[in-house]
Amino acid sequence: MSGHSTYEPKPGFSRWLDQRLPITRLVWDSFVDYPTPRNLNYWYTFGGILSLCLGIQIVSGIVLSMHYTASAGEAFASVEHIMRDVNYGWLLRYTHANGASMFFIAVYLHMFRGLYYGSYKPPREVLWILGCVIYLLMMATAFMGYVLPWGQMSFHGAVVITNIIGAIPVVGGPILTWLQGGFAVDNATLNRFFSLHYLLPFMIAGVVVLHVWALHVVGQNNPTGIDPKSKADTLPFTPYATVKDGFAMSVFLILFAVFVFYMPNALGHADNYIEANPLVTPAHIVPEWYFLPFYAILRAVPDKVMGVVAMFGAIGVLFALPWLDTSKVRSMRYRPMAKLYFVILVVACIILGFCGAKLPDDQVIPGLETFKILESDLNSFVWLSRLATLYYFAYFLVVMPLLGLLETPLETPETIASPALSHPAAMPAGAMAAPEKKG
Amino acid sequence: MLRKLTLIAAALTLVAGPALAAGTAKHPYDIAFSFEGPFGKFDQGQLQRGYKVYREVCAACHSMKLLSFRNLGDKGGPFYDAKYKNPNDNPYVKALAAELEVPDIDTETGDAVTRPALPADRFPSPYKNDYAARAGNGGALPPDLSVIAKGREGGPEYLASYLLGYEAPPKGLTVPTGQYYNTYFPGDVSAGWAGDKHTPPPGGFVAMGPQLEDDKVTFDDGTKSTARQQAEDVAAFMMWAAEPKMEERKEAGFAVIIYLVLFAGLLYASYRRVWRNESH
Amino acid sequence: MVGSPVFLAGTPSGPGSFAKGDLKVAESAVHSTTAGDDPSRRDFIHIAALAAAAGAGATIVWPLIDQMNPSADTVALASVEYDLTKIESGQQVTINWRGKPLFIRNRTQAQIDAAVRDDAAVLKDPQADALRHKEGKAQWLILVGSCTHLGCVPTVGGGEYGGWFCPCHGSTYDTSGRIRKGPAPTNLVVPDYAFLSDTKVKIG
Repeated sequence: MSGHSTYEPKPGFSRWLDQRLPITRLVWDSFVDYPTPRNLNYWYTFGGILSLCLGIQIVSGIVLSMHYTASAGEAFASVEHIMRDVNYGWLLRYTHANGASMFFIAVYLHMFRGLYYGSYKPPREVLWILGCVIYLLMMATAFMGYVLPWGQMSFHGAVVITNIIGAIPVVGGPILTWLQGGFAVDNATLNRFFSLHYLLPFMIAGVVVLHVWALHVVGQNNPTGIDPKSKADTLPFTPYATVKDGFAMSVFLILFAVFVFYMPNALGHADNYIEANPLVTPAHIVPEWYFLPFYAILRAVPDKVMGVVAMFGAIGVLFALPWLDTSKVRSMRYRPMAKLYFVILVVACIILGFCGAKLPDDQVIPGLETFKILESDLNSFVWLSRLATLYYFAYFLVVMPLLGLLETPLETPETIASPALSHPAAMPAGAMAAPEKKG
Repeated sequence: MLRKLTLIAAALTLVAGPALAAGTAKHPYDIAFSFEGPFGKFDQGQLQRGYKVYREVCAACHSMKLLSFRNLGDKGGPFYDAKYKNPNDNPYVKALAAELEVPDIDTETGDAVTRPALPADRFPSPYKNDYAARAGNGGALPPDLSVIAKGREGGPEYLASYLLGYEAPPKGLTVPTGQYYNTYFPGDVSAGWAGDKHTPPPGGFVAMGPQLEDDKVTFDDGTKSTARQQAEDVAAFMMWAAEPKMEERKEAGFAVIIYLVLFAGLLYASYRRVWRNESH
Repeated sequence: MVGSPVFLAGTPSGPGSFAKGDLKVAESAVHSTTAGDDPSRRDFIHIAALAAAAGAGATIVWPLIDQMNPSADTVALASVEYDLTKIESGQQVTINWRGKPLFIRNRTQAQIDAAVRDDAAVLKDPQADALRHKEGKAQWLILVGSCTHLGCVPTVGGGEYGGWFCPCHGSTYDTSGRIRKGPAPTNLVVPDYAFLSDTKVKIG
């Protein structure tokens, strides 16, 4: 695509290198001169924040692995060795542990932003699917990473999640044994999880390169959902997007630092500071917060196999999203009905998260007993999660296909720049002031 | 629109957050520990008293495998002395270590022997292994206390509450033999409860009986040795043992956050200047 | 590798195209940033922000480097105490100190005399024998057992000087641990140590 490149190497080394490996040109075209829509808001800064998160996790992880011992007998003590004896070990470990949570906060906001502004719609289907692949890899990496400290939650979480494989009819049992490397989660499981936990982030990095590549082929979406039509609609990536991303990153890092330095264990669970004991399960086993919605879906379905199918289906449906949405308008900014259903979806996801943290039979409204359906009281978290699960699937499989055909969207502006330029308040200061004074 | 959603999400988090810790046990009583808050520090005198309580009461059954004697002389630790940067040289730590025998191997004969501990040695465990620990405690395993303050919901306040939480069982509650009724322990008493199924008494049954009583430990600094004082001091010591770098962490955090706020401010100014003539 | 954004594929036409006046407004907006009102202040803010970022980066690097330095438990084990009564005259024991061999040799009078005599010899790394042991403790020679050439462990009593001989590349040390022959550049290292009593020594 060098035909469009505006990169002009300086004579000397830059030109010499450019003729042999145009890497500076690639960076220039991708991150300096690259045109971005001028109306991107702060919800569009999470891509940059996520790259930062990935970088932080990889660097802190590599450093932690220099001190960690992947052995069932020593893992717990080696993590505490990092916390107590390794220079700045506490900082590295708390950064890595809370970094996972920060990564998921950012990725969820990034995904909801994509949903709201229709960033999955043509021509960005591949871009969206690559993002879903990254999300899946992130989940696998985070799960295996959580096993490594070999605390009670690590161990029994690994038991529960690997046993999901056992739900597969006929072949489930042998696959489970193969996956665990034995007849229970043990040293072999821990070692392979460590190996894969080290490998997967680099696979994520690889898919991120594809994700960014795909983004730069089709161009960024924007809050209006309208394609840029001229240079007036865009601004060069540097300095406009870089400085905005940089500011957003610094604010995000403040949140990150508050967790690392002042409440490093707030997002974790006390039971994980008890060394793994295969003979005793914690009274209340829950996954990390970022898996809670899926955990709730798993438990919402009364049948074990169907529960697993529903849980994976909840992620699988995202892959089909570009073809489930029939709307001709990208951004929900111009789709009042879709906006409403979207808000309910977000609420449903949050409700699912809470249900995942609760015991299924606990009462939602304390003290109120209603009647039992499917062996559970209607006023219970299992029923609440059933309703939310139902809405989750209905949103993607019913609302999205039908709404695009039935709704009447608002009128969309003709160009990205036009609403901004025609609105007096948003008029560029320099452009506005000059004619007035002259007049 | 998305802004509204953020608010809704934040509100829901606030409402449902505390509800995550479900249970029928009593909520730990509030203690104003010196190490609470963003600038909190450990009270060295309290840590020293807490160590004594651990050593004279808890250590008879509970190990603290992750701690070494040298840790007592680490910066922020109970016996830290600025004169001895290397805790191995701290004479107080050396003396405390030498009070106890640790297992070793005689390098000439290969026999298992014991010798007085050195600062680099770990705290010796009261039992040879978990089986011996169970056998000595009616089948129940006394948990290792190294990170117990982080391994229990409620942290040090829970530990102190628990140590003081033994009460005579209410009418209708049968305590199994060899167990004790503790109102702060998150257990399940329904098996021994004859009253209304929906309102079981708070707490649970534990294998450890009440351990602390007034004047059981003599404090060297003259602090009045009440059971409550002992419980709070040992809880503070457990918090230090579980999180010895807490002071360092909070101090670093203060500097980091100040820096980040200034950095964000600078970037915002830079952002405003870059974008000042652009509509967006 | 990086493709062109979609809008470049076609020229603006149809209902979405711009009036010429609009374009001018937009362009003036783009250009006005480069011709700012007060360049010095603008530059200062950008430079300050970049400097702050660089400062943060440099600060973050330090924990990443320092974590590879010896951890607290390693440092704690760095000193050892040893009871010398176990070593008979003419014998040497090798103990593990910081993961390296440490030679503690109880020298005979003949070996001490040989070492003192050679103070006058031509030495590659000249040092008197008296400076290589504690005063009044001439029989006790304590050395780090790593050849100063490339770190192999020399064998005791080997070589023509009766000191040590390194099997890797033939460095030969005398009974004071001084290099006499072979590729090693310096004498065997005397670690920091102190006698706690007549029979007890603390190394490190």
